[in-house]
Amino acid sequence: MTLQGWILILGFVAILLVLAKPIGAWLFTLYEGRRTPLHIVLGPVERGLYKLAGVEPVQEQGWRRYALHMLLFNVALMTFTYAVLRLQGVLPGNPQGLAGLSPHLAFNTAVSFATNTNWQSYGGEGTMSNLSQMLGLTIHNFLSAATGIALAFALFRGFARREASTVGNFWADVTRITLYLLLPLCVALTLFYIASGVPQTLAGVVDVTTLEGARQSILLGPVASQEAIKMLGTNGGGFFNANSAHPFENPTALTNLVQMLSIFVVGVGLTWCFGKAVGNTRQGWAILSAMAILFLAGVTVTYAQEAAGNPILHQLDIAGGNMEGKEVRFGIAASALFSVVTTAASCGAVNAMHDSFTPLGGMIPLFNIQLGEVVIGGVGAGIYGFLLFAILAVFVAGLMVGRTPEYVGKKIEAREVKLAVLAIAVLPLMILGLTALSSVLEQGLAGPLNKGPHGFSEILYAFTSAVGNNGSAFAGLTANTPYYNGLLGVAMWIGRFFVIVPMLAIAGSLAAKIYTPESAGSFPTTGGLWVGLLVGIILILGGLTFMPGLALGPIADHLAMIRGQLF
Amino acid sequence: MGKDFSSALRPAIVMTILFAALLGLAYPLAMTGIGQVLFPVQANGSLVRDGNGTVIGSTIVGQAFTSNRYFQTRPSAAGKGYDGLASSGSNLGPTARALVDRVKPDVETRRGEGVTGAVPADLVTASGSGLDPDLSPAAALAQAPRIARVRGLPVERVRALVAAQTKGSLLGKPHVNVLALNRALDAAGSGAADDRAR
Repeated sequence: MTLQGWILILGFVAILLVLAKPIGAWLFTLYEGRRTPLHIVLGPVERGLYKLAGVEPVQEQGWRRYALHMLLFNVALMTFTYAVLRLQGVLPGNPQGLAGLSPHLAFNTAVSFATNTNWQSYGGEGTMSNLSQMLGLTIHNFLSAATGIALAFALFRGFARREASTVGNFWADVTRITLYLLLPLCVALTLFYIASGVPQTLAGVVDVTTLEGARQSILLGPVASQEAIKMLGTNGGGFFNANSAHPFENPTALTNLVQMLSIFVVGVGLTWCFGKAVGNTRQGWAILSAMAILFLAGVTVTYAQEAAGNPILHQLDIAGGNMEGKEVRFGIAASALFSVVTTAASCGAVNAMHDSFTPLGGMIPLFNIQLGEVVIGGVGAGIYGFLLFAILAVFVAGLMVGRTPEYVGKKIEAREVKLAVLAIAVLPLMILGLTALSSVLEQGLAGPLNKGPHGFSEILYAFTSAVGNNGSAFAGLTANTPYYNGLLGVAMWIGRFFVIVPMLAIAGSLAAKIYTPESAGSFPTTGGLWVGLLVGIILILGGLTFMPGLALGPIADHLAMIRGQLF
Repeated sequence: MGKDFSSALRPAIVMTILFAALLGLAYPLAMTGIGQVLFPVQANGSLVRDGNGTVIGSTIVGQAFTSNRYFQTRPSAAGKGYDGLASSGSNLGPTARALVDRVKPDVETRRGEGVTGAVPADLVTASGSGLDPDLSPAAALAQAPRIARVRGLPVERVRALVAAQTKGSLLGKPHVNVLALNRALDAAGSGAADDRAR
């Protein structure tokens, strides 16, 4: 580890803390549906969208209707993308002349992008035409992100409203978030990326005669416009197979920093927005503090492990940290930091290959996803996932002191706790169940590239990433098979919507409750004790279930590495 | 619920089409137009041409250098090496026998070239993209004696070229762009004007 590395990590955290309030305040404006300066330009677009779609933005929806509209919209989007990908061969914008995708790959990709997972069973450059990247994938990057933030708004309203029967209007939320938050930021980010060297063209392959006289084909395309929303919307689906490790996606150390910041910025802002929505910004800071503790702990482990390197290579007299799968321009600190950021949020972009990390260095990204990506988390999904844990934390605290638990003015009762447990149980059930299945079936065992415990880690990581809607991978796994495409597609769908529906039910149930003012007997949810309790609950309830799996994979791998055992 | 369902169907379909037009076509096409006007070089891949106008590479993307006359690039898992249509890391785990089997001969090759002490890690490991354009200064300097010998240049001259091409910043690790370095090397070897080196 180096001083420069730690300056980068702590500087990164400091920038985010500074951005929390301004971004949070902007989000709060959209949450309230207030006018912004951007309305002068984009207001007519917003009204036009409502008019053509027959939407009445002021008409409030109960949680069931909100959920129904959200689900139908996602099904429609997914069907649209499935069609674009299948018909790729006959559509324009295809300079490489690529064929349409196979049914199972098109299904997997459509689910993957609709659920904000952006798991890539395909290798960008050899599979997707420019039109598919733009029309099939970029729209999901925006709208799955907007959907996540909209859902967080609905839950915030559940906490904030008193004796209300509605949680907002889905269409108004999604449209405003897209037009007034994501689109303008993406325009600015795209220009920055292009200026830094990320291509933005409709051309395809350029033929190069290298200095040694060999032939090289370089693929260009509309990369920058997709890169911007890929990070900001915590999507993570790369234009190229190598994702943000590819020099065209992420050419410099500065673009790398901006990419990491854009993964976290909306999630950080949402913690402040939550505090503001429930009338006490300290509630938001308490959540952000718990997230920051878990984040820095993760970064420390991964950075230390990667900097220490692989003793098996040290025996061959190779110097220093683990550079397999990493780019020279980023080095170890920026690669370790990126891996923790991308898995703490549900982004899943990678600037280094997690599969080639040291066992414990790679375990942290895996564990981050298994915790439910609640450390900042995906846009929207992070904060609503975190609030599910907060509900359980006040419940546990209530059990200890023997009082009905309360959180930000709402009594937490049996219904909310049951629904929260239901949502949280989806993760271990699906991840461990499907990993176990794939570890015994022939089709499952055909996947891993690496042998021994690391091969098991590849399978565990795949299902963790899919159910957690992350999208990063231990990419050695050959996943473009009917078995993995199908199973991972189902896993992504369940991991997204089987969490969302109980969460929206909680929002509806909370909105209907009366306000319970804080009293002397209330458990305070702003101080250090609360932050500690949150961290403990997340680690114990979220993490403990996965320990046996981690012992079989990364921990066994680590012990083998120390002994110098090869597989 | 039946009425709810049909009333939700219209916005779901219409919004899909409208947003597809806005976000899937208007946004990327507008950015392409603006990017092509404001940053024509970068938007088209930062391509490098030789005196005849032939494209010889990109300043951003790495290309394979395997000859003894040049600074050699890192091992690459992109296709057969530096394949611009198949970016990829090796994805080999730290305990993979295949990793050791790949690294060992590379280390021995470097030893044969006279590299002493610990071998710089990036020189014998594959990058994440398989298209890494850079080397660490240590990995470049380790190759300086070989290049000096093959080209008949003083080794200090070669080291000075590495130092001149090394870029570092507060954010990133110091690194050398291998294409730029090798062009500078060619220019130094033939005594051509400095502008060819750029």
